[in-house]
Amino acid sequence: MNLYSRRILINRIGIALSMIAMAFGLAALMWILWTLFYNGFNALSWDFFTQDTPAPGSEGGGLRNAIVGSLMIIGVTTLVSTPIGILAGIYLAEYGTTSKFAATTRFVTDIMLSAPSIVVGLFVYALVVATLGGFSGWAGSLALSLIAIPVVVRTTENMLLLVPTALREAAFAVGAPRWQVSLKVTLRAVKAGVVTGILLAIARVMGETAPLLFTALNNQFFSTDMSQPMGNLPVVIFQFAMSPYDNWVSLAWGGALLIALIVLAINIIARVLFRNKVSA
Amino acid sequence: MSTSQTTANGEAILSIRDLNFYYGDFRGLTNVSLDIAKSQVTAFIGPSGCGKSTLLRTFNRMYDLYPGQRAEGQINFHGKNLLDKKQDVNLVRAKIGMVFQKPTPFPMTIYENIAFGVRLYEKLSSSDMDERVEWALRKAAIWEETKNKLQQSGLSLSGGQQQRLCIARTIAVKPEIVLLDEPTSALDPISTAKIEELINELKNEYTIAIVTHNMQQAARISDFTAFMYLGELIEFGNTDKLFVKPTQKQTEDYITGRFG
Repeated sequence: MNLYSRRILINRIGIALSMIAMAFGLAALMWILWTLFYNGFNALSWDFFTQDTPAPGSEGGGLRNAIVGSLMIIGVTTLVSTPIGILAGIYLAEYGTTSKFAATTRFVTDIMLSAPSIVVGLFVYALVVATLGGFSGWAGSLALSLIAIPVVVRTTENMLLLVPTALREAAFAVGAPRWQVSLKVTLRAVKAGVVTGILLAIARVMGETAPLLFTALNNQFFSTDMSQPMGNLPVVIFQFAMSPYDNWVSLAWGGALLIALIVLAINIIARVLFRNKVSA
Repeated sequence: MSTSQTTANGEAILSIRDLNFYYGDFRGLTNVSLDIAKSQVTAFIGPSGCGKSTLLRTFNRMYDLYPGQRAEGQINFHGKNLLDKKQDVNLVRAKIGMVFQKPTPFPMTIYENIAFGVRLYEKLSSSDMDERVEWALRKAAIWEETKNKLQQSGLSLSGGQQQRLCIARTIAVKPEIVLLDEPTSALDPISTAKIEELINELKNEYTIAIVTHNMQQAARISDFTAFMYLGELIEFGNTDKLFVKPTQKQTEDYITGRFG
Protein backbone atom coordinates (compact mmCIF):
# COMPACT_ATOMS: atom_id res chain seq x y z
CA MET A 1 0.00 0.00 0.00
CA ASN A 2 1.55 3.29 -0.99
CA LEU A 3 1.62 6.42 1.12
CA TYR A 4 -1.26 8.10 -0.68
CA SER A 5 -3.77 5.26 -0.36
CA ARG A 6 -2.80 4.80 3.25
CA ARG A 7 -3.64 8.43 3.94
CA ILE A 8 -7.00 7.99 2.25
CA LEU A 9 -7.72 4.94 4.39
CA ILE A 10 -6.74 6.69 7.64
CA ASN A 11 -8.88 9.63 6.60
CA ARG A 12 -11.90 7.38 6.08
CA ILE A 13 -11.40 5.61 9.40
CA GLY A 14 -11.18 8.98 11.10
CA ILE A 15 -14.37 10.20 9.49
CA ALA A 16 -16.16 6.95 10.29
CA LEU A 17 -15.16 7.10 13.96
CA SER A 18 -16.31 10.69 14.37
CA MET A 19 -19.59 9.91 12.59
CA ILE A 20 -20.23 7.05 15.00
CA ALA A 21 -19.44 9.27 17.98
CA MET A 22 -21.75 11.95 16.64
CA ALA A 23 -24.54 9.44 15.95
CA PHE A 24 -24.20 8.15 19.51
CA GLY A 25 -24.59 11.61 21.03
CA LEU A 26 -27.35 12.60 18.68
CA ALA A 27 -29.24 9.34 19.24
CA ALA A 28 -29.25 9.88 23.00
CA LEU A 29 -30.59 13.39 22.53
CA MET A 30 -33.24 12.27 20.05
CA TRP A 31 -34.28 9.44 22.33
CA ILE A 32 -34.77 11.87 25.22
CA LEU A 33 -36.76 14.28 23.06
CA TRP A 34 -38.84 11.47 21.59
CA THR A 35 -39.68 10.06 25.03
CA LEU A 36 -40.58 13.53 26.25
CA PHE A 37 -42.88 14.18 23.32
CA TYR A 38 -44.37 10.69 23.36
CA ASN A 39 -45.27 10.81 27.06
CA GLY A 40 -45.77 14.52 27.51
CA PHE A 41 -47.61 15.64 24.42
CA ASN A 42 -50.94 14.14 25.45
CA ALA A 43 -50.80 15.97 28.76
CA LEU A 44 -50.63 19.35 27.06
CA SER A 45 -54.24 20.49 26.95
CA TRP A 46 -56.30 23.50 27.90
CA ASP A 47 -56.70 22.06 31.42
CA PHE A 48 -52.94 21.67 31.70
CA PHE A 49 -52.56 25.46 31.69
CA THR A 50 -55.77 26.47 33.49
CA GLN A 51 -56.17 23.99 36.33
CA ASP A 52 -54.10 23.56 39.43
CA THR A 53 -52.27 20.44 40.54
CA PRO A 54 -54.82 17.79 41.54
CA ALA A 55 -55.15 16.33 45.02
CA PRO A 56 -54.13 12.68 45.45
CA GLY A 57 -56.72 10.40 43.91
CA SER A 58 -58.71 13.07 42.10
CA GLU A 59 -59.09 13.13 38.35
CA GLY A 60 -57.64 15.53 35.77
CA GLY A 61 -55.93 18.68 36.93
CA GLY A 62 -53.20 20.85 35.43
CA LEU A 63 -50.03 22.69 36.33
CA ARG A 64 -51.27 26.30 36.42
CA ASN A 65 -49.94 26.97 39.94
CA ALA A 66 -46.56 25.43 39.12
CA ILE A 67 -46.22 27.29 35.81
CA VAL A 68 -47.11 30.67 37.35
CA GLY A 69 -44.89 29.95 40.36
CA SER A 70 -41.93 29.02 38.17
CA LEU A 71 -42.41 32.13 36.02
CA MET A 72 -42.52 34.37 39.10
CA ILE A 73 -39.51 32.79 40.78
CA ILE A 74 -37.49 32.95 37.57
CA GLY A 75 -38.74 36.47 36.84
CA VAL A 76 -37.46 37.71 40.18
CA THR A 77 -34.23 35.76 39.64
CA THR A 78 -33.74 37.55 36.32
CA LEU A 79 -34.47 40.97 37.81
CA VAL A 80 -31.97 40.35 40.60
CA SER A 81 -29.16 38.66 38.71
CA THR A 82 -29.15 40.82 35.57
CA PRO A 83 -28.04 44.12 37.13
CA ILE A 84 -25.70 42.48 39.63
CA GLY A 85 -24.16 40.25 36.97
CA ILE A 86 -23.74 43.02 34.41
CA LEU A 87 -22.25 45.51 36.86
CA ALA A 88 -19.84 42.92 38.24
CA GLY A 89 -18.88 41.95 34.68
CA ILE A 90 -18.20 45.61 33.85
CA TYR A 91 -16.06 45.91 36.94
CA LEU A 92 -13.98 42.88 35.99
CA ALA A 93 -13.49 43.90 32.36
CA GLU A 94 -13.22 47.69 32.57
CA TYR A 95 -11.99 48.58 36.03
CA GLY A 96 -10.28 45.68 37.68
CA THR A 97 -8.07 44.30 34.94
CA THR A 98 -5.10 44.18 37.28
CA SER A 99 -6.45 44.47 40.82
CA LYS A 100 -6.23 41.68 43.38
CA PHE A 101 -9.87 42.14 44.30
CA ALA A 102 -10.91 41.51 40.69
CA ALA A 103 -8.69 38.45 40.41
CA THR A 104 -10.30 37.03 43.55
CA THR A 105 -13.80 37.82 42.28
CA ARG A 106 -12.98 36.09 39.00
CA PHE A 107 -11.74 33.01 40.85
CA VAL A 108 -14.79 32.81 43.12
CA THR A 109 -17.11 33.32 40.14
CA ASP A 110 -15.47 30.40 38.38
CA ILE A 111 -15.99 28.19 41.42
CA MET A 112 -19.61 29.30 41.68
CA LEU A 113 -20.10 28.41 38.02
CA SER A 114 -19.32 24.79 38.72
CA ALA A 115 -20.71 24.58 42.26
CA PRO A 116 -23.27 21.76 42.63
CA SER A 117 -26.70 23.36 42.80
CA ILE A 118 -27.69 21.26 45.79
CA VAL A 119 -24.96 23.00 47.77
CA VAL A 120 -26.43 26.37 46.84
CA GLY A 121 -29.87 25.15 47.90
CA LEU A 122 -28.58 23.88 51.21
CA PHE A 123 -26.76 27.18 51.80
CA VAL A 124 -29.91 29.25 51.26
CA TYR A 125 -31.90 26.79 53.38
CA ALA A 126 -29.50 27.19 56.29
CA LEU A 127 -29.12 30.94 55.87
CA VAL A 128 -32.65 32.06 55.02
CA VAL A 129 -35.26 29.34 55.31
CA ALA A 130 -34.18 27.97 58.67
CA THR A 131 -33.57 31.35 60.26
CA LEU A 132 -36.39 33.46 58.82
CA GLY A 133 -39.06 30.88 59.39
CA GLY A 134 -40.08 28.92 56.40
CA PHE A 135 -40.00 28.07 52.77
CA SER A 136 -40.82 30.87 50.35
CA GLY A 137 -40.70 31.96 46.73
CA TRP A 138 -38.18 34.66 47.70
CA ALA A 139 -35.79 32.03 49.05
CA GLY A 140 -36.18 30.10 45.79
CA SER A 141 -35.33 33.20 43.77
CA LEU A 142 -32.31 33.86 45.97
CA ALA A 143 -30.99 30.34 45.43
CA LEU A 144 -31.51 30.53 41.66
CA SER A 145 -29.91 34.00 41.57
CA LEU A 146 -26.77 32.61 43.18
CA ILE A 147 -26.58 30.15 40.29
CA ALA A 148 -27.45 32.67 37.57
CA ILE A 149 -25.22 35.59 38.64
CA PRO A 150 -21.86 33.91 37.89
CA VAL A 151 -23.10 32.99 34.40
CA VAL A 152 -24.06 36.60 33.68
CA VAL A 153 -20.82 37.94 35.21
CA ARG A 154 -18.57 35.78 33.10
CA THR A 155 -20.43 36.26 29.81
CA THR A 156 -20.55 40.04 30.34
CA GLU A 157 -16.85 40.14 31.13
CA ASN A 158 -15.89 37.94 28.19
CA MET A 159 -18.05 39.97 25.81
CA LEU A 160 -16.55 43.27 27.00
CA LEU A 161 -13.05 41.89 26.55
CA LEU A 162 -13.92 41.33 22.87
CA VAL A 163 -14.49 45.06 22.34
CA PRO A 164 -11.65 46.39 20.18
CA THR A 165 -9.19 48.54 22.12
CA ALA A 166 -9.59 51.25 19.48
CA LEU A 167 -13.28 51.71 20.27
CA ARG A 168 -12.61 52.03 23.98
CA GLU A 169 -9.77 54.49 23.37
CA ALA A 170 -11.95 56.49 20.99
CA ALA A 171 -14.57 56.94 23.69
CA PHE A 172 -11.91 58.07 26.15
CA ALA A 173 -10.50 60.37 23.47
CA VAL A 174 -13.57 62.63 23.46
CA GLY A 175 -13.07 63.12 27.17
CA ALA A 176 -15.56 60.62 28.55
CA PRO A 177 -15.07 59.35 32.09
CA ARG A 178 -14.69 55.62 32.52
CA TRP A 179 -18.25 54.93 33.69
CA GLN A 180 -19.68 56.61 30.60
CA VAL A 181 -17.27 54.72 28.35
CA SER A 182 -18.36 51.44 29.95
CA LEU A 183 -22.11 51.97 30.09
CA LYS A 184 -22.70 53.99 26.93
CA VAL A 185 -20.10 52.70 24.51
CA THR A 186 -18.52 49.34 25.26
CA LEU A 187 -21.54 47.71 26.91
CA ARG A 188 -23.72 48.93 24.07
CA ALA A 189 -21.29 47.48 21.55
CA VAL A 190 -21.77 43.99 23.00
CA LYS A 191 -25.44 44.32 23.93
CA ALA A 192 -26.50 41.23 21.97
CA GLY A 193 -23.80 39.10 23.58
CA VAL A 194 -24.75 40.21 27.07
CA VAL A 195 -28.46 39.55 26.43
CA THR A 196 -27.45 36.11 25.17
CA GLY A 197 -25.64 35.50 28.46
CA ILE A 198 -28.74 36.47 30.43
CA LEU A 199 -30.91 34.16 28.34
CA LEU A 200 -28.49 31.27 28.85
CA ALA A 201 -28.50 31.94 32.58
CA ILE A 202 -32.32 31.79 32.57
CA ALA A 203 -32.20 28.56 30.60
CA ARG A 204 -29.73 27.18 33.11
CA VAL A 205 -31.91 27.88 36.17
CA MET A 206 -35.16 26.93 34.41
CA GLY A 207 -34.75 23.25 35.18
CA GLU A 208 -32.88 23.51 38.49
CA THR A 209 -34.66 21.31 41.02
CA ALA A 210 -32.33 20.83 43.96
CA PRO A 211 -32.13 24.49 45.05
CA LEU A 212 -35.93 24.83 44.95
CA LEU A 213 -36.54 21.68 47.02
CA PHE A 214 -34.88 23.40 49.96
CA THR A 215 -36.27 26.85 49.43
CA ALA A 216 -39.51 27.41 47.53
CA LEU A 217 -40.60 23.85 48.30
CA ASN A 218 -43.97 23.43 46.62
CA ASN A 219 -47.56 24.53 46.94
CA GLN A 220 -50.50 22.53 45.65
CA PHE A 221 -52.67 25.65 45.55
CA PHE A 222 -52.47 28.63 43.27
CA SER A 223 -50.49 31.40 44.98
CA THR A 224 -48.75 34.56 43.90
CA ASP A 225 -47.44 35.33 47.37
CA MET A 226 -43.68 35.15 47.15
CA SER A 227 -43.33 34.98 50.93
CA GLN A 228 -45.13 31.62 51.03
CA PRO A 229 -44.07 28.21 49.70
CA MET A 230 -44.59 28.32 45.98
CA GLY A 231 -45.48 25.76 43.34
CA ASN A 232 -42.88 25.33 40.61
CA LEU A 233 -42.37 23.02 37.67
CA PRO A 234 -39.18 21.14 38.63
CA VAL A 235 -40.34 20.16 42.11
CA VAL A 236 -43.82 19.19 40.85
CA ILE A 237 -42.19 17.00 38.21
CA PHE A 238 -40.00 15.46 40.88
CA GLN A 239 -42.97 14.62 43.12
CA PHE A 240 -45.49 13.62 40.45
CA ALA A 241 -43.18 11.45 38.34
CA MET A 242 -42.65 9.06 41.24
CA SER A 243 -46.29 8.96 42.34
CA PRO A 244 -48.66 5.98 41.83
CA TYR A 245 -51.36 8.11 40.15
CA ASP A 246 -51.54 7.98 36.37
CA ASN A 247 -52.76 11.56 35.96
CA TRP A 248 -49.86 12.83 38.12
CA VAL A 249 -47.29 10.93 36.09
CA SER A 250 -48.79 12.24 32.89
CA LEU A 251 -48.69 15.81 34.24
CA ALA A 252 -45.03 15.32 35.21
CA TRP A 253 -44.22 14.34 31.62
CA GLY A 254 -46.14 17.35 30.36
CA GLY A 255 -44.22 19.63 32.72
CA ALA A 256 -40.91 18.14 31.63
CA LEU A 257 -41.82 18.68 27.99
CA LEU A 258 -42.85 22.26 28.73
CA ILE A 259 -39.50 23.04 30.39
CA ALA A 260 -37.62 21.40 27.53
CA LEU A 261 -39.54 23.48 24.99
CA ILE A 262 -38.95 26.73 26.91
CA VAL A 263 -35.22 26.01 27.23
CA LEU A 264 -35.10 25.12 23.53
CA ALA A 265 -36.86 28.38 22.62
CA ILE A 266 -34.50 30.42 24.80
CA ASN A 267 -31.48 28.77 23.21
CA ILE A 268 -32.78 29.45 19.72
CA ILE A 269 -33.44 33.12 20.56
CA ALA A 270 -29.97 33.40 22.08
CA ARG A 271 -28.39 31.90 18.96
CA VAL A 272 -30.27 34.21 16.61
CA LEU A 273 -29.32 37.24 18.71
CA PHE A 274 -25.71 36.23 18.83
CA ARG A 275 -25.54 35.59 15.10
CA ASN A 276 -26.92 39.07 14.41
CA LYS A 277 -24.27 40.49 16.69
CA VAL A 278 -21.48 38.74 14.82
CA SER A 279 -22.72 39.81 11.39
CA ALA A 280 -23.03 43.43 12.52
CA MET B 1 18.43 65.76 18.73
CA SER B 2 21.63 67.39 17.59
CA THR B 3 20.68 70.07 15.13
CA SER B 4 16.95 69.97 14.93
CA GLN B 5 15.15 73.17 15.65
CA THR B 6 12.72 73.07 18.51
CA THR B 7 10.92 76.33 18.00
CA ALA B 8 8.77 76.88 14.99
CA ASN B 9 7.86 80.30 13.72
CA GLY B 10 4.71 81.69 15.26
CA GLU B 11 3.05 80.75 18.49
CA ALA B 12 3.59 77.33 20.02
CA ILE B 13 0.48 75.72 21.50
CA LEU B 14 2.23 72.63 22.85
CA SER B 15 5.83 72.68 23.89
CA ILE B 16 7.40 69.35 24.65
CA ARG B 17 10.58 69.35 26.69
CA ASP B 18 12.83 66.41 27.54
CA LEU B 19 10.07 63.87 27.16
CA ASN B 20 10.92 60.28 28.02
CA PHE B 21 8.43 57.48 27.73
CA TYR B 22 8.55 53.99 29.17
CA TYR B 23 6.68 50.79 28.42
CA GLY B 24 7.55 49.08 31.67
CA ASP B 25 11.34 48.92 31.48
CA PHE B 26 11.56 49.61 27.78
CA ARG B 27 12.23 53.20 26.86
CA GLY B 28 10.00 54.19 23.94
CA LEU B 29 10.96 57.86 23.67
CA THR B 30 14.26 59.48 24.53
CA ASN B 31 14.61 63.18 25.36
CA VAL B 32 12.15 64.47 22.84
CA SER B 33 11.77 68.27 22.68
CA LEU B 34 9.78 70.20 20.12
CA ASP B 35 7.08 72.81 19.70
CA ILE B 36 3.76 72.25 17.98
CA ALA B 37 2.82 75.49 16.22
CA LYS B 38 -0.67 76.86 16.62
CA SER B 39 -3.03 76.57 13.63
CA GLN B 40 -0.48 74.61 11.64
CA VAL B 41 -0.20 70.99 10.59
CA THR B 42 2.68 69.10 12.12
CA ALA B 43 3.44 65.68 10.69
CA PHE B 44 5.35 62.86 12.37
CA ILE B 45 7.09 60.38 10.10
CA GLY B 46 9.50 57.53 10.61
CA PRO B 47 9.72 53.77 10.27
CA SER B 48 7.45 51.41 12.24
CA GLY B 49 8.23 51.35 15.93
CA CYS B 50 10.07 54.69 15.89
CA GLY B 51 7.82 56.14 18.57
CA LYS B 52 5.72 58.56 16.53
CA SER B 53 2.39 57.10 17.69
CA THR B 54 3.74 56.82 21.22
CA LEU B 55 4.59 60.52 21.13
CA LEU B 56 1.14 61.45 19.83
CA ARG B 57 -0.50 59.37 22.57
CA THR B 58 1.32 61.33 25.27
CA PHE B 59 -0.34 64.57 24.10
CA ASN B 60 -3.78 63.41 25.31
CA ARG B 61 -2.48 61.06 28.00
CA MET B 62 -3.98 58.07 26.20
CA TYR B 63 -1.21 55.93 27.69
CA ASP B 64 -2.81 56.51 31.11
CA LEU B 65 -5.25 53.70 30.37
CA TYR B 66 -2.46 51.18 30.58
CA PRO B 67 -0.68 50.46 33.83
CA GLY B 68 3.02 50.12 33.22
CA GLN B 69 3.22 52.93 30.70
CA ARG B 70 4.54 56.26 31.94
CA ALA B 71 5.91 59.52 30.67
CA GLU B 72 8.44 61.87 32.22
CA GLY B 73 9.27 65.42 31.24
CA GLN B 74 7.09 68.29 30.18
CA ILE B 75 4.30 68.85 27.74
CA ASN B 76 3.26 72.46 28.27
CA PHE B 77 -0.22 73.50 27.22
CA HIS B 78 -1.44 76.96 28.26
CA GLY B 79 1.26 77.18 30.88
CA LYS B 80 0.48 73.85 32.52
CA ASN B 81 2.32 70.57 32.30
CA LEU B 82 -0.10 67.99 30.91
CA LEU B 83 1.90 65.19 32.50
CA ASP B 84 1.15 66.59 35.95
CA LYS B 85 -0.60 63.99 38.08
CA LYS B 86 -3.17 66.57 39.21
CA GLN B 87 -4.20 67.36 35.66
CA ASP B 88 -7.81 66.37 34.87
CA VAL B 89 -7.20 63.83 32.12
CA ASN B 90 -10.76 63.91 30.74
CA LEU B 91 -10.57 67.68 30.36
CA VAL B 92 -7.25 67.36 28.54
CA ARG B 93 -8.85 64.89 26.13
CA ALA B 94 -11.78 67.23 25.48
CA LYS B 95 -9.29 69.98 24.56
CA ILE B 96 -6.98 67.71 22.61
CA GLY B 97 -9.06 65.39 20.44
CA MET B 98 -7.87 62.25 18.69
CA VAL B 99 -8.80 60.30 15.57
CA PHE B 100 -7.53 56.77 15.21
CA GLN B 101 -6.18 54.58 12.45
CA LYS B 102 -9.28 52.45 12.07
CA PRO B 103 -12.64 54.22 11.97
CA THR B 104 -14.28 53.71 15.37
CA PRO B 105 -17.89 54.88 15.24
CA PHE B 106 -19.69 54.33 18.53
CA PRO B 107 -22.47 51.72 18.45
CA MET B 108 -25.21 54.34 18.26
CA THR B 109 -26.91 56.59 15.71
CA ILE B 110 -24.96 59.07 13.61
CA TYR B 111 -26.59 61.90 15.57
CA GLU B 112 -25.69 60.31 18.92
CA ASN B 113 -22.12 59.70 17.78
CA ILE B 114 -21.67 63.46 17.60
CA ALA B 115 -23.84 64.39 20.58
CA PHE B 116 -22.15 61.91 22.95
CA GLY B 117 -18.96 63.93 23.37
CA VAL B 118 -20.74 67.30 23.37
CA ARG B 119 -23.06 66.27 26.21
CA LEU B 120 -20.11 65.44 28.43
CA TYR B 121 -19.11 69.06 28.82
CA GLU B 122 -22.01 71.21 27.62
CA LYS B 123 -25.70 71.34 28.42
CA LEU B 124 -27.37 72.28 25.16
CA SER B 125 -31.06 72.61 24.37
CA SER B 126 -32.19 70.13 21.77
CA SER B 127 -32.28 72.78 19.02
CA ASP B 128 -28.77 73.94 19.94
CA MET B 129 -27.64 70.34 19.87
CA ASP B 130 -29.19 69.85 16.43
CA GLU B 131 -27.26 72.88 15.26
CA ARG B 132 -24.02 71.64 16.77
CA VAL B 133 -24.42 68.22 15.15
CA GLU B 134 -25.05 69.82 11.76
CA TRP B 135 -22.13 72.20 12.25
CA ALA B 136 -19.73 69.37 13.08
CA LEU B 137 -20.92 67.18 10.23
CA ARG B 138 -20.59 70.10 7.78
CA LYS B 139 -17.09 70.85 9.06
CA ALA B 140 -16.11 67.25 8.47
CA ALA B 141 -17.63 67.40 4.97
CA ILE B 142 -20.07 64.57 5.61
CA TRP B 143 -23.32 66.50 6.16
CA GLU B 144 -24.64 65.98 2.64
CA GLU B 145 -24.19 62.22 2.92
CA THR B 146 -25.74 61.88 6.35
CA LYS B 147 -28.39 64.60 6.71
CA ASN B 148 -31.22 62.24 5.76
CA LYS B 149 -30.11 59.37 7.97
CA LEU B 150 -29.03 60.92 11.23
CA GLN B 151 -31.03 58.32 13.14
CA GLN B 152 -29.29 55.38 11.46
CA SER B 153 -26.41 53.54 13.07
CA GLY B 154 -22.97 55.03 12.58
CA LEU B 155 -21.85 51.54 11.60
CA SER B 156 -24.02 51.69 8.47
CA LEU B 157 -21.62 54.15 6.79
CA SER B 158 -18.71 53.19 4.55
CA GLY B 159 -15.17 53.14 5.95
CA GLY B 160 -14.25 56.56 4.60
CA GLN B 161 -17.52 58.06 5.78
CA GLN B 162 -17.02 56.49 9.20
CA GLN B 163 -13.62 58.15 9.46
CA ARG B 164 -15.10 61.55 8.59
CA LEU B 165 -17.81 60.87 11.18
CA CYS B 166 -15.04 60.27 13.71
CA ILE B 167 -13.42 63.57 12.73
CA ALA B 168 -16.80 65.31 13.07
CA ARG B 169 -17.24 63.73 16.49
CA THR B 170 -13.83 65.04 17.56
CA ILE B 171 -14.47 68.56 16.25
CA ALA B 172 -17.93 68.71 17.82
CA VAL B 173 -16.37 68.90 21.28
CA LYS B 174 -14.51 72.04 20.04
CA PRO B 175 -10.98 70.99 20.88
CA GLU B 176 -7.96 73.21 20.30
CA ILE B 177 -5.75 70.47 18.95
CA VAL B 178 -6.71 67.48 16.82
CA LEU B 179 -4.40 64.48 16.89
CA LEU B 180 -4.62 62.16 13.89
CA ASP B 181 -2.99 58.75 14.27
CA GLU B 182 -2.55 57.42 10.72
CA PRO B 183 -6.10 58.47 9.88
CA THR B 184 -6.02 57.30 6.26
CA SER B 185 -4.01 54.09 6.41
CA ALA B 186 -7.17 51.94 6.44
CA LEU B 187 -8.88 53.91 3.66
CA ASP B 188 -9.02 53.81 -0.13
CA PRO B 189 -7.36 56.59 -2.21
CA ILE B 190 -10.56 58.57 -2.80
CA SER B 191 -11.48 58.62 0.89
CA THR B 192 -7.87 59.49 1.66
CA ALA B 193 -8.00 62.48 -0.70
CA LYS B 194 -11.19 63.69 1.00
CA ILE B 195 -9.64 63.45 4.45
CA GLU B 196 -6.52 65.30 3.29
CA GLU B 197 -8.68 68.06 1.84
CA LEU B 198 -10.49 68.20 5.14
CA ILE B 199 -7.26 68.51 7.12
CA ASN B 200 -6.31 71.42 4.91
CA GLU B 201 -9.54 73.23 5.70
CA LEU B 202 -9.47 72.46 9.40
CA LYS B 203 -6.02 73.83 10.03
CA ASN B 204 -7.25 77.43 10.02
CA GLU B 205 -9.15 76.81 13.22
CA TYR B 206 -7.39 73.88 14.81
CA THR B 207 -3.88 72.83 15.44
CA ILE B 208 -3.28 69.47 13.84
CA ALA B 209 -0.71 66.84 14.66
CA ILE B 210 -0.70 63.84 12.35
CA VAL B 211 1.22 60.59 12.40
CA THR B 212 1.58 59.07 8.97
CA HIS B 213 3.39 56.22 7.29
CA ASN B 214 3.02 57.95 3.99
CA MET B 215 5.77 60.46 3.28
CA GLN B 216 3.99 61.94 0.28
CA GLN B 217 1.03 62.60 2.55
CA ALA B 218 3.23 64.39 5.06
CA ALA B 219 4.74 66.45 2.27
CA ARG B 220 1.32 67.32 0.84
CA ILE B 221 -0.51 68.39 3.94
CA SER B 222 1.90 69.49 6.65
CA ASP B 223 3.64 72.75 7.46
CA PHE B 224 6.16 71.16 9.77
CA THR B 225 7.55 67.66 9.77
CA ALA B 226 9.27 65.70 12.49
CA PHE B 227 11.33 62.66 11.57
CA MET B 228 11.73 60.11 14.32
CA TYR B 229 13.88 57.03 14.59
CA LEU B 230 14.29 54.53 17.45
CA GLY B 231 12.44 56.73 19.92
CA GLU B 232 14.44 59.86 19.17
CA LEU B 233 13.52 63.00 17.31
CA ILE B 234 16.14 63.11 14.55
CA GLU B 235 15.06 66.17 12.65
CA PHE B 236 12.28 68.72 12.89
CA GLY B 237 11.59 71.68 10.68
CA ASN B 238 9.63 73.23 7.84
CA THR B 239 8.19 70.49 5.70
CA ASP B 240 9.51 72.01 2.48
CA LYS B 241 12.98 72.29 3.88
CA LEU B 242 13.03 68.86 5.51
CA PHE B 243 12.01 67.06 2.35
CA VAL B 244 14.16 69.09 -0.03
CA LYS B 245 17.25 69.66 2.03
CA PRO B 246 17.41 67.50 5.14
CA THR B 247 20.32 68.24 7.45
CA GLN B 248 20.62 64.74 8.89
CA LYS B 249 21.95 61.75 7.04
CA GLN B 250 19.27 59.45 8.56
CA THR B 251 16.47 61.74 7.45
CA GLU B 252 17.83 61.82 3.94
CA ASP B 253 18.18 58.02 3.83
CA TYR B 254 14.61 57.60 5.03
CA ILE B 255 12.92 60.07 2.71
CA THR B 256 14.86 58.82 -0.29
CA GLY B 257 13.73 55.29 0.55
CA ARG B 258 17.06 53.82 1.50
CA PHE B 259 15.61 52.32 4.67
CA GLY B 260 12.36 52.26 6.59
